[in-house]
Amino acid sequence: MIEFQAVTKRFDDGTTAVDNLDMVVEAGTITVFVGPSGCGKTTSLRMVNRMIEPTSGTVLVDGEDIRKSNPALLRRRIGYVIQQAGLFPHRTVLDNVATVPLLSGWTRRKARARAAELLETVGLDAAMGKRYPSQLSGGQQQRVGVARALAADPPVLLMDEPFSAVDPVVREGLQDELLRLQADLDKTIVFVTHDIDEAVRIGEKVAVFRKGGVLAQYAAPAELLSNPADDFVSSFVGKDRGYRGLSFLQADGIQLGGVSTMGLHGEHLSGERPSTVGGPDWTLVLDDDGRPRGWLPPGVVIQGEPAEEDLRPGGSLYTEGTALRGALDAALSSPSGLGVVVDDAGRYTGVVTAQQVIDLIEERRKDAA
Amino acid sequence: MFDDLSRYLSSTSNQELVLTQLLQHIYLSLLPLVIGLALAIPLGWLAHRYRAASGVVFGVSNAVYTVPSLALFVVIPVVLGTQILDSLNVVVALTIYTTALLVRPVCDALDAVPFHVVAAATAMGYRPVRRFVTVELPLSVPVLSAGVRVASVSNISLVSVGALIGTGGLGVLFTSGFQISYTAPIIVGIVLTLVLALVVDLILVGLRRALTPWLRAGGTT
Repeated sequence: MIEFQAVTKRFDDGTTAVDNLDMVVEAGTITVFVGPSGCGKTTSLRMVNRMIEPTSGTVLVDGEDIRKSNPALLRRRIGYVIQQAGLFPHRTVLDNVATVPLLSGWTRRKARARAAELLETVGLDAAMGKRYPSQLSGGQQQRVGVARALAADPPVLLMDEPFSAVDPVVREGLQDELLRLQADLDKTIVFVTHDIDEAVRIGEKVAVFRKGGVLAQYAAPAELLSNPADDFVSSFVGKDRGYRGLSFLQADGIQLGGVSTMGLHGEHLSGERPSTVGGPDWTLVLDDDGRPRGWLPPGVVIQGEPAEEDLRPGGSLYTEGTALRGALDAALSSPSGLGVVVDDAGRYTGVVTAQQVIDLIEERRKDAA
Repeated sequence: MFDDLSRYLSSTSNQELVLTQLLQHIYLSLLPLVIGLALAIPLGWLAHRYRAASGVVFGVSNAVYTVPSLALFVVIPVVLGTQILDSLNVVVALTIYTTALLVRPVCDALDAVPFHVVAAATAMGYRPVRRFVTVELPLSVPVLSAGVRVASVSNISLVSVGALIGTGGLGVLFTSGFQISYTAPIIVGIVLTLVLALVVDLILVGLRRALTPWLRAGGTT
């Protein structure tokens, strides 16, 4: 648990970076500090491991005033992931990860064994340990940065815009990886970002800071999107916050529809039409494992196997049991207007329309009122 | 002229003289390089860490470097109370030059270490001295080594001047050659000075390679 008690930071030039911050970061949660640049989110983070000392106020980690600890020893108990990974370019990946154990006096052998173990934990091949950081991609470097922060098994992890320098696809992978890791490790994680999408995606609690270092709202992501505290928060979370709020609504109770399907080899799978001919409606083509491959447009008549060019690429897929946002997106992005629903293994189970999603939202709203 | 040279080098006493002066030259030029580097590192760090100090440090080092070497060779015995012919004078003078010459490269080299890497080291729990020795200094080698190479060549050429006040080194071959208008020792002296500078430079390049294996580790694979 991390506690800020009336913490203020004024820099020498007179600017107030953090203004009278009172908040509690719960143990075992991912708490995201988010806000525009100059809002004091990074300053607040760095006051936790004494990279920056507060002008006034107290920071407690697990109930203990951090001013009572030696800064170097305190930092070895707090994992830190910096922007652009900040790996040591002159050390191999393995030795980078072994940094804190070595500082804490472990033998080199034991520290390296621990480092090799951690590389696998963050999804990297142990053979990468021998490389230098410059030989890794940006995403791999970030993974090494996370492994290095975890090496001494610290209860608290500080992450300072760790994924901001990688491209969106890699970033999403890293976010998923972090959530997966956290499910096992149960650390107290403070994560700083300027990206509200990232904040609501990974945060269990989100603290929105405004310019001048004032905490504007501290709430769970769903609450933040559905009930912003003021105009600043509502404009910061963005104009499509209603749509993003669907990420936190479950889709249970939605009735899946059916559609005529056919196999890759032209075999008839369902529906009334003979398999060699397309029909007046959209037909969904599935591969041998039952995974969607694409849509056959209405009126297209084919003989035997549908060729790749006959197929229209499908939209996003909605995995059963996940949030409503995915269902709506699947429907909106599908060429047929029918969102394809799959199970955990990616096999087709049914279709859903945008209207169904809207109806469900309306129903929920009525129930709530 | 080649006859002259072969006659000069065939004499055993000349061979001994050349070898002695060569070894003396190596000692007089490289010892100040090592001591000067050791002194320039803390001074360069001071200039790197405290911008206010950098003006003073660079001002003094520039001023020192403009003092003519011969003048310094003559002044040092007065200041230190050493004998005028003591080779220590040359070592001290060249140490001062090397330090003055290397302060700026040390500062530049430390400036070139990425800030976020140093910040990461601090956040990992490094104390300042260990961080400097194991993170900042190794990472400053690529920039610093260029400065050290310049200083080594500068020292090797400056040692020759010491011969004018009689302290040994390959410069002795120049002074004695000029005195008796005999070109052979002068040519031997010039060639050996050049070869020495070249060999030392190659050794320094090799040293830099050995200290920076990560720079050769190719790009993203």
